[in-house]
Amino acid sequence: MTVQARPAARTGPARTGRAGPGLAGTGALSRLAFRRDRIMLPAWVYLITVLVTTTAYALKKLYPTAAARAQLVVAGGGNPALRFLYGRLNGSSIGALTVWRYGVWAAIFGALMTIFIVVRHTRGDEEAGRLELVGSAAVGRQAPLTAALLTAVTANVAIAALLCATLPATGLPVSGSVAFALAIGASGLAFTGIAAVAAQLASGARGARGICFGVLGAAFMLRAIGDSAGAGGPSWLTWTSPLGWVELTQPFDGPRWWVLALPCAVLAGGVGAAYALSARRDLGAGLLPDRPGPPSASGLLRGPLSLAFRLQRGVLAGWAAGVAFIFAASGAAAKGIGSLLGGSAALRQEFTRLGGQAAITNAYLAALMLLAGLGAAGYATSAILRLRTEETSGLAEPLLATAVGRIRWGLSHLAVAVVGAAVLLAMAGLAAGLGYGLRIGSPGPQAARMIGAAMAQLPASLVIAGVALALVGLLPGACVAAAWTVLGLVVFVDLFGVVLKLSHWLLDISPFTHVPKLPGGTVSATPLLWLCLAALAFSAVGLAGLRRRDIG
Amino acid sequence: MANAIEVRALRKSFGRTQALDGLDLTVRTGEVHAFLGPNGAGKTTTIRILLGLLRKDGGEASLLGGDPWRDAVRLHARLAYVPGDVTLWPGLTGGEIIDLLARLRGPQSVIDPKRKDALIERFALDPTKKARAYSKGNRQKVALIAALASDAELLLFDEPTAGLDPLMEAAFRECVNSERHDGRTVLLSSHILAEAEALSDRVTIIRDGRAAETGTLAELRHLTRTTVEAELAGPVSLDGLPGVHAVEIRGTRLHCEVDPPALNDLLARLTAVGVRDLVCRPPTLEELFLRHYSAERTGPGASA
Repeated sequence: MTVQARPAARTGPARTGRAGPGLAGTGALSRLAFRRDRIMLPAWVYLITVLVTTTAYALKKLYPTAAARAQLVVAGGGNPALRFLYGRLNGSSIGALTVWRYGVWAAIFGALMTIFIVVRHTRGDEEAGRLELVGSAAVGRQAPLTAALLTAVTANVAIAALLCATLPATGLPVSGSVAFALAIGASGLAFTGIAAVAAQLASGARGARGICFGVLGAAFMLRAIGDSAGAGGPSWLTWTSPLGWVELTQPFDGPRWWVLALPCAVLAGGVGAAYALSARRDLGAGLLPDRPGPPSASGLLRGPLSLAFRLQRGVLAGWAAGVAFIFAASGAAAKGIGSLLGGSAALRQEFTRLGGQAAITNAYLAALMLLAGLGAAGYATSAILRLRTEETSGLAEPLLATAVGRIRWGLSHLAVAVVGAAVLLAMAGLAAGLGYGLRIGSPGPQAARMIGAAMAQLPASLVIAGVALALVGLLPGACVAAAWTVLGLVVFVDLFGVVLKLSHWLLDISPFTHVPKLPGGTVSATPLLWLCLAALAFSAVGLAGLRRRDIG
Repeated sequence: MANAIEVRALRKSFGRTQALDGLDLTVRTGEVHAFLGPNGAGKTTTIRILLGLLRKDGGEASLLGGDPWRDAVRLHARLAYVPGDVTLWPGLTGGEIIDLLARLRGPQSVIDPKRKDALIERFALDPTKKARAYSKGNRQKVALIAALASDAELLLFDEPTAGLDPLMEAAFRECVNSERHDGRTVLLSSHILAEAEALSDRVTIIRDGRAAETGTLAELRHLTRTTVEAELAGPVSLDGLPGVHAVEIRGTRLHCEVDPPALNDLLARLTAVGVRDLVCRPPTLEELFLRHYSAERTGPGASA
């Protein structure tokens, strides 16, 4: 191949051939992108496909009869809080319920996947200086952007294709399944266009992702307000959101195929704009420049602890906003949850089990608090793993070369994990309490009760954080994968353990099994104390490991 | 206390790779010591052990009279370090990082704002930029300013000028020279020999995890030859002259290397022909270094 390429390269443009000078090298860059994403990309595609397909399957099991579904349609479709979270309900078939439950959310996950792919292979590489090296080879100006777009489009097409294959297998009508699959895939294409533009506008990967998340949040809000608005409200707002187009396609209620043209138009417009911008700007430059920061550090930034909080505050704020939003809406949905679940004996049983009690509203709220606890554990795990990220990226070295000991450094990020988990749980409790309390007319008492219920999850979340710290201390090479595996297993045991009739021994492994089921359950301090002790023990092991091993 | 750094028979391995294999290194208090070696010789590993980031497998290492692993925090309050590949927190500005690194060195460590501002101006750094927007050279400057503005008694530089332009390199040299006058100790690892030559009092050459040579530049030059370049009035033959090496004659131009005792005989031979121009200079560290390694490589048992 090189023998062929060499004489051609000397003559310059001849080498670029039919692809045009701007696109030379796209093929090689696309293969590189697929090679680098060979694990992440299939994981996202698999996750989204499985999520939607299993939902369709589960709904068929939970609501086998038309009568059971009719009750759900009245209660769920009529509940503004649920319409806010999930969208409007078009029809009463299993397919319509699947679209309602996971149409918007599959589109959100698809959008997140797309944003990560596009930004990573454009701005991310540019910021890291890799595109400079690539650009010095016989590679066209537009080739990296094109390769990123091809990767993202391929991923979304794969999701659509897989759903086309799996949804009919669950018993859903074929034409509706295809419309639904295409709607989810097309929504990802719309965000491909949006992310392509954002990657040209911002001057860094972080800024580009920020713009994309902003657009995604706005799309969710516009859709949510449009969907939850009553008859006289601004329901047209749903039409302004790429996330709303999934439900507006009405896949299982006489598909409106032409709606699919909207996301495709966004893709075309976005890609066109991105190419135009990329042809004009310099490498490394953005249209929205970085703002300058302070020339000297404020008094607040004075030690490893304040540095750890400074480094992690953005992520924590993002989590807190997301938690507040989702738990407020989920809490508001608690009123009337009884009639919503009334149609499905299986679902009622599920909530009773997760919530650990028979009173359905309390069971639902307690199940929400379990989810909040698992979420806080997830946040705490990511906060602890920041230690390892700092270490591998070479940032621990200058820090530890100052008068900061390893223990103090470890404790600084542990503090972020503990405070962050507590803040997130308090936020979840407050939001759920207010959401529910405002609807039943007693916000104050409900908020107080739910904050207490949420905080009961804290020790269990901290056990997971402690395990992550122990892994960072003892198994630095494998700690990231191992910590997330531990969290994944705990989530699995808590959500599916009883259903799968796992042995009690296995269930007891999860710290959340030992948390009192609040609100409504009986409080006992003993298990909480034991959990605190376990969290302390794991953390101590981790810090001791951190002190003994090589850094870097 | 005489020596700022005292390393004896230091050993460290990573898996099967023997990074340090009995290294000796002595840095006297108040001197600028160059630590020279090719990539992968073990320079960074040595510095990381001295910083207590890595645990030594064997041998002895002492830093400012303390144990670098056990007394890390106490010792770090008295030193400043510039890594070879500087990474900075992308969301913080250069100015914030300089202040932060100073504060992390402990409450008793003070950073003189006037000194800091002078250094920022000297190195032409924009302290309001976020670190993610800095080039490699600018990241290097942030770390250098943080170290030079501190009142640390020991400065550890790991290839400090990689990424700096010649103007900034000159600024760095001036700063190190003024540090020497202030009585600070500097350990400077480098593979840029001109840098060591311009700055250092003493040199240790490391190769394959062992000190190959150590001493002042003058001491090391004893081992070496003088380079002679001459423009002559006519052709010359140096045949049969002992102690003259690497002879290159192009017309009337001569280039050769001479053992110091043979210098007199050579000059006699040249003046007999007639000298129009003559340059005699001590070998650069570069030449010394090249010879040192090529000799070892071609020597017996150097199969690797």
